[in-house]
Amino acid sequence: LSDRSIELCGVGLRGPILNGSGTFDVLAARRAFGDALIERFPFDAYVSKTITLAPRQGNPPPRLWETPAGLINSIGLPNKGLAGFLESDLPAIDRILNAAGAFTGGDLTAPDPAPAGPGPEIATGGPGPDPARAAGIPLIVSVMGFSRDELAALVAAVGERAEVAMLELNVSCPNVETGLIMGADPAETALAVERARPELEKPLIVKLTPNAADPAAVAMAAQDAGADAVSLVNTLKGMAVQPDSREPWLGGGAGGVSGPAIRAIALEQVAAVASRLEIPVVGIGGIASGRHARDFLAAGAAAVAVGTESFRDPAAGRRIAAELAALSLSSEQGNHPRAECDPVWGMARRGFVAECGNFETQPADRSNLLDQNPCKRH
Amino acid sequence: LSQPRTLAPPERRVATVSGVERLGAYDLITALDRFGPTDPRPGQFYMLAAAREWGGGTDERPYLPRAFSYARARVESDGLALSFLLEAVGPGTERLSQLAPEEHMALVGPLGVGFRAPAEGTRPVLVGGGIGAAPLLCWQEELATSAPAVLLGFRGAAHAQAAALFGPGPEVVTDDGSVGREGLVTELLAVELDDDPRATVYACGPPQMLEAVRALCAKREVPAQLAMESGMACGFGACFGCVVPTSNGYVRLCVDGPVMDAAILETTLVAGAGH
Repeated sequence: LSDRSIELCGVGLRGPILNGSGTFDVLAARRAFGDALIERFPFDAYVSKTITLAPRQGNPPPRLWETPAGLINSIGLPNKGLAGFLESDLPAIDRILNAAGAFTGGDLTAPDPAPAGPGPEIATGGPGPDPARAAGIPLIVSVMGFSRDELAALVAAVGERAEVAMLELNVSCPNVETGLIMGADPAETALAVERARPELEKPLIVKLTPNAADPAAVAMAAQDAGADAVSLVNTLKGMAVQPDSREPWLGGGAGGVSGPAIRAIALEQVAAVASRLEIPVVGIGGIASGRHARDFLAAGAAAVAVGTESFRDPAAGRRIAAELAALSLSSEQGNHPRAECDPVWGMARRGFVAECGNFETQPADRSNLLDQNPCKRH
Repeated sequence: LSQPRTLAPPERRVATVSGVERLGAYDLITALDRFGPTDPRPGQFYMLAAAREWGGGTDERPYLPRAFSYARARVESDGLALSFLLEAVGPGTERLSQLAPEEHMALVGPLGVGFRAPAEGTRPVLVGGGIGAAPLLCWQEELATSAPAVLLGFRGAAHAQAAALFGPGPEVVTDDGSVGREGLVTELLAVELDDDPRATVYACGPPQMLEAVRALCAKREVPAQLAMESGMACGFGACFGCVVPTSNGYVRLCVDGPVMDAAILETTLVAGAGH
């Protein structure tokens, strides 16, 4: 097993780098890059684009606007709908991920031979994928429903498929029944997760929106309702104006801001959420280097996802993984061998911000934190 | 029929600028790509960025790479010399146009689908507007044996200097009549098709020009392939930003184009395109 491996909700991952939902389409990338994509797959787990019950065309163009160090998008979740996804996309994605799993990730700092055995160890008792599939890159399917019943139907139908290791609930949409953005409100989020949770035997990640008054309260509600992990942040609301007409630039009116422009905001939200939750947190928001990934892990994330940076470099996930591995090897080994708890990979999650005070604190100063809670949940 | 698509390595890589040639309003910037395929297909594109100081300029942009069809590709002993035609119209093109020989460019590509062979029994007619002449240059070279007609339109004399890249062949019009006749390139196309309608039209240019080409070719039932442009963040189908409306719904230009069959397009006048 690779030294980078982690476990997320009982699912073994060869490393801690995911993609953000909707930021990498493996089917399109396969067409552009061919088998090289499989041989040098950029992520340790793959998160699909968000699937809805009915097919969606997405928003009218223009869909993009470049901001200072970032991007506003108003894509509108184009997808084939549940039936189309299950029938054609899911088997095709699965073939790519299974093939990609046979490669170890190439020239990362500590390359290992391809696993001959059954792949990452799966924790007993927890829900996980079929052991026979464990050698593939785990697939996390993102779903969004416009009502709680729709959400439950999606979760049930996707969750029963063997190709799927975990599900992610995208709750950044309005509930047509109540008019509220599900993920902006703790009570709405709790009701959505409570409705979906019994439909699924596999781990359920709730993707949190940063457009909430108190993201940590929403995260707590998701945890209490049965979420196995949370991921954050989704995009921040934003807009751009067409200079000549002074109308909104984006076809959808407003959109979501991503990229380095939002990294500091995301980092704070991840830290705030991780300090209160028992379940793992996937940190997302403008991560473009190993150093950024390490910052999010330090703030309490169990894994991180790369989004907009992949637009600039399709290999960003691999590069960030290699940079992170190099940081881990070079700087902070100390008294915590990787097998137990590596200070970089499994930073003590509780109270980092409160107890360390600031991010200038030297690693040695954190040893007391590591002793208290050496990454016990992941 | 297999698609004219050469696969790209799935990584951003560095190319070294080997030459910058001033052509009136444009720069023809050439970079040596030592790590990519040496057989890109005309009409395919690359995502380009300067390797340094990409960002932090006016309005703290650029941030995303910019999509450029390559204009010329020459196999050299140590790689592929790729030439791109560019005009500084925004923060990204501004920064790219500052690159000097020996400086580095970051690129991903070749991406997308290039031009397909002319329909059976037709001759190729190449129609370019402004910087849209770029992908037609390598396509003209590839079609050299069939001596394609090349029709180019430019704003004025400064832009029309790009026509020199095509050798003695092209017919040129300008908006102000400073080079060639005053008029629109679609007027040249209408005359060309009057002479002999058995043609496959290859066009690249601003959205209004492409729309005129599309309408003209649709009316005369002449097959046309349009190389289109749209705001693009990634170039490989990840961001879903570069869609155009077709009879099959929205289609991503970066993976299903940028060369589109005009017959399936509903319009080329897509908001945000061609900027």
